[in-house]
Amino acid sequence: MNEVTKIVPASKPDDWASDQEVRWCPGCGDYAILKAVQRTMPELGVEPHNTVFISGIGCSSRFPYYMETYGFHTIHGRAPTIATGVKLANPDLDVWIITGDGDGLSIGGNHMLHLVRRNLDCQVLLFNNEIYGLTKGQYSPTSRTGTRSPTSPAGSLERPVKPCAFALGAGGRFVARTIDTAQKHMPEVLKRAHGHKGTSFVEIYQNCVVYNDGAFEQFTDKKSAAVTQIWLEHGKPMLFAGGTKGLHLNRESLRVEVVDVVDGDVSEVIVHDETNKAVASMLIDMPFPEFPVALGVLYCDPATSFDTAMAEQAERVVGDKVADFNALLRRGQSWEVKGER
Amino acid sequence: MATAAKAPPGSNAPKSGVGETGADKTGAKVETVQRESVVVRFAGDSGDGMQLTGGQFTLSTALAGNDLATFPDFPAEIRAPQGTLFGVSAFQIHFGSSRIDTAGDQPDVLVAMNPAALKTNLPSLRKGGLVIADTGEFGERNLKKAHYEANPLEDGSLAPYQLLAFDVSKQTLESVKEFGLGNKDALRCKNMWTLGLALWMFGRKRAPIIDWLKVKFGSNELLREANIAALNAGHAYGETAELSGPLKQFRLEPADAEPGLYRTITGADALALGLVAGAKLSGLPMFFGGYPITPASAILHALARLREFDVTTFQAEDEIAAIGATIGAAYAGSLAVTSSSGPGIALKSEAMGLAVMTELPLVIINSQRGGPSTGLPTKTEQSDLYQAVYGRNGDCPMPVLAARSPSDCFDVAIEACRIALEYMTPVMLLTDGYIANAAEPWKVPEAHDYQPFPVHFHEEMPETGKLNPYMRDPETLKRVWVKPGTRGLMHRIGGIEKGYDSGNIDYSDSNHQRMTDTRKAKIDGVARTIPAQTVEVGNEHGPLVVVGWGSTYGPIRQAVEHVRNQGHDVAHIHLRHIWPLPSNLGELLKRYDRILVPEMNTGQLKTLLRDQFLVDARPLNKVSGQPFRIAEIEAAILGMLNS
Repeated sequence: MNEVTKIVPASKPDDWASDQEVRWCPGCGDYAILKAVQRTMPELGVEPHNTVFISGIGCSSRFPYYMETYGFHTIHGRAPTIATGVKLANPDLDVWIITGDGDGLSIGGNHMLHLVRRNLDCQVLLFNNEIYGLTKGQYSPTSRTGTRSPTSPAGSLERPVKPCAFALGAGGRFVARTIDTAQKHMPEVLKRAHGHKGTSFVEIYQNCVVYNDGAFEQFTDKKSAAVTQIWLEHGKPMLFAGGTKGLHLNRESLRVEVVDVVDGDVSEVIVHDETNKAVASMLIDMPFPEFPVALGVLYCDPATSFDTAMAEQAERVVGDKVADFNALLRRGQSWEVKGER
Repeated sequence: MATAAKAPPGSNAPKSGVGETGADKTGAKVETVQRESVVVRFAGDSGDGMQLTGGQFTLSTALAGNDLATFPDFPAEIRAPQGTLFGVSAFQIHFGSSRIDTAGDQPDVLVAMNPAALKTNLPSLRKGGLVIADTGEFGERNLKKAHYEANPLEDGSLAPYQLLAFDVSKQTLESVKEFGLGNKDALRCKNMWTLGLALWMFGRKRAPIIDWLKVKFGSNELLREANIAALNAGHAYGETAELSGPLKQFRLEPADAEPGLYRTITGADALALGLVAGAKLSGLPMFFGGYPITPASAILHALARLREFDVTTFQAEDEIAAIGATIGAAYAGSLAVTSSSGPGIALKSEAMGLAVMTELPLVIINSQRGGPSTGLPTKTEQSDLYQAVYGRNGDCPMPVLAARSPSDCFDVAIEACRIALEYMTPVMLLTDGYIANAAEPWKVPEAHDYQPFPVHFHEEMPETGKLNPYMRDPETLKRVWVKPGTRGLMHRIGGIEKGYDSGNIDYSDSNHQRMTDTRKAKIDGVARTIPAQTVEVGNEHGPLVVVGWGSTYGPIRQAVEHVRNQGHDVAHIHLRHIWPLPSNLGELLKRYDRILVPEMNTGQLKTLLRDQFLVDARPLNKVSGQPFRIAEIEAAILGMLNS
């Protein structure tokens, strides 16, 4: 961290908070995320008037009302589409999409696929609480099989989608994962997401106190976090449990294994290479509790963003063409009628 | 169907009833017939290139100085199995030396490239009309595919018509023999051979078509030269024909026209140009979001090539994303447009509600086709009027406009842009499959013929220090348009109800009442800036008025004129503004004893007029996928007058 040049803050977290009263349930994980975002914004070297938060529908999608930036609370699942229009119309704007597991992966799953595939320059914060909160507790596409809810009284039958696996599979160039309560780590992830030009997909495990309380407790509990979480850093060995355990790639089975690190010998431990998509995929899919939950920047391998490509193509296509509207109207074969007959 | 657009006289027009080389030169004795107008229908397999043939014949006809209207009529299948009835593609053109408003009730000439084309199109041919048939395609196999038990060219069943049957396939093969093309490629030149013959029949020049072939085939010298050879051979066939009888040349005087520069234009192209004009008049960049759908895609195709006019086009993943991106672009300060057809418009409905709620300017184009559901993708209908006016959840008012002809699309597109920007509202523009594909001569306007409507983005800091994004213009009731990126004016909008005085979330009963009333009053107020309704033809009072909208303009106008020529007092009112309706319309309609509303639906404008004005509007409905014939409307008018 010390080597990183600190950006002189042009603002304070409070400058990024709107005057609106926050209306989430007391104890909701959304408060922590809002706080972390407001704390991070001053460090990004951006200004509120060039920042746009765009959301769909759901508890998380009220987020833009609480940010003192431009904001658009749109319709269910469609935030990526509105964000695409905003960014293409004005590429200078810094665009953030706030969505949830239902909004982003169920009703809006198609748009999420295409947003990520196109690599529009924006940050996607997907609040995953594995439940529909605003509609009172139905199971969501990320709910674990067997989830009992008003619409699945005998337990849900569906297999859940892993948001990060979805993003990676869609061709995402930046995939990260964090936790609502990780107030130290989340700003670092958000800064990395903001620094990446292209679609930066960030899944945030978010606790719903009313309908799915404690869903992530097993690995978010700070007391056991050392062994249940592994925070990844590019170029560093994949260690957890205070450096006593690491992740090892079995070269025969091509699977990840947990190994004990003895006397600090990390030679058998994988060094995190953010550009390695195969390893990123394995990290995302590691089953818990056999493995720790992988957090931080899982994958980052930048490619030209959609808005950049579009601007470059426009420049190339337009070249030195002159926009002569009257000539355009006359394009093709035309004929002149002279005077009255 | 052009109103001001009349095709030209002058040097391009034939001096006599013969082609440019002249039948007299060749010595062939062919009858020349003087006609006021002619309807020709080209019909063949969907792979036969009938639309290209028709399009080029249209161009040559326009250049020869006739007014015209066309009707491309093709199946939804791209290349249906060869020779089948459902694979027939046709192109009808009506042209003449006086005003042409429709593509014609009945063809005078039917060019049938195979038995299926004959079978499906013969019923519309005028009795005594001319059938030109390619005997080379009337083999047993093709006859069977068209469900003919006997060869109609030989069994006398065509007796009520004139028949000209010869082997076009063989003639074509011979004309391109020297190029050594394979049989399949050689036969593909048949449409150019046929076009060559048609050009000769109507005294049209070949030079513009040859120029077009040169561009079309570019560096493919072989195909280029073969097609030109086929075109020339077809033309020469007419000139030197030893045939007598039905083959004759038609002579049509050029139509009267206002002086000026003309071109032919389709509805889709006119819409694209009108949108560019709207962007130019407003001073805004244009953002167009679309998703491929018949028959609306042509607009996206046209605009995708106009990047230098500050047009950004975006092919979205679906209809919802197309309008979503459009709303985003409108929020960011662009003139935003999306376009689709009925099923796609249905998908966009929720997002339209968002645009109404957030009061963002948007132009939404619906190229209507037969419905419901997938319906008739390539056939025309005007059955989305309810959808346009009423089809959203909540009280969700939106201005609705309709174009009446291909060239009218240009002006209506500009009008839609103006209303959207002057009132900060989405606007629905209705056109249809017929208008989108049909062509007519168009007197090319100048950009300065139109009044600009520059946009003012709100940039002033409010005295209270906090912007209310729903602060309104007291007259138009439009809200302020603040572009993201404007310093100090950060604010949040969304689909949830907002406070009239604050712009913050506000569910209170009195506020929702006030906001709903305001949204309605704003759209009702659009009526103040639209022209008073005028009467197209006839008196401003009387026993009967025929009221229409959209592409029924042509047949209604012609029908009314025919009936008036028979001495009846009938008037024609045509609506461009469907919502809000012109403020004088109710009072105007009440001056007539009876109201007839012909529509290509089951009576949607009729319902709207009854609802708005408590008038006894009577419907005349047709949903066959084909435009109204003049005679059908004429009969309904006479029936109503006599009842």
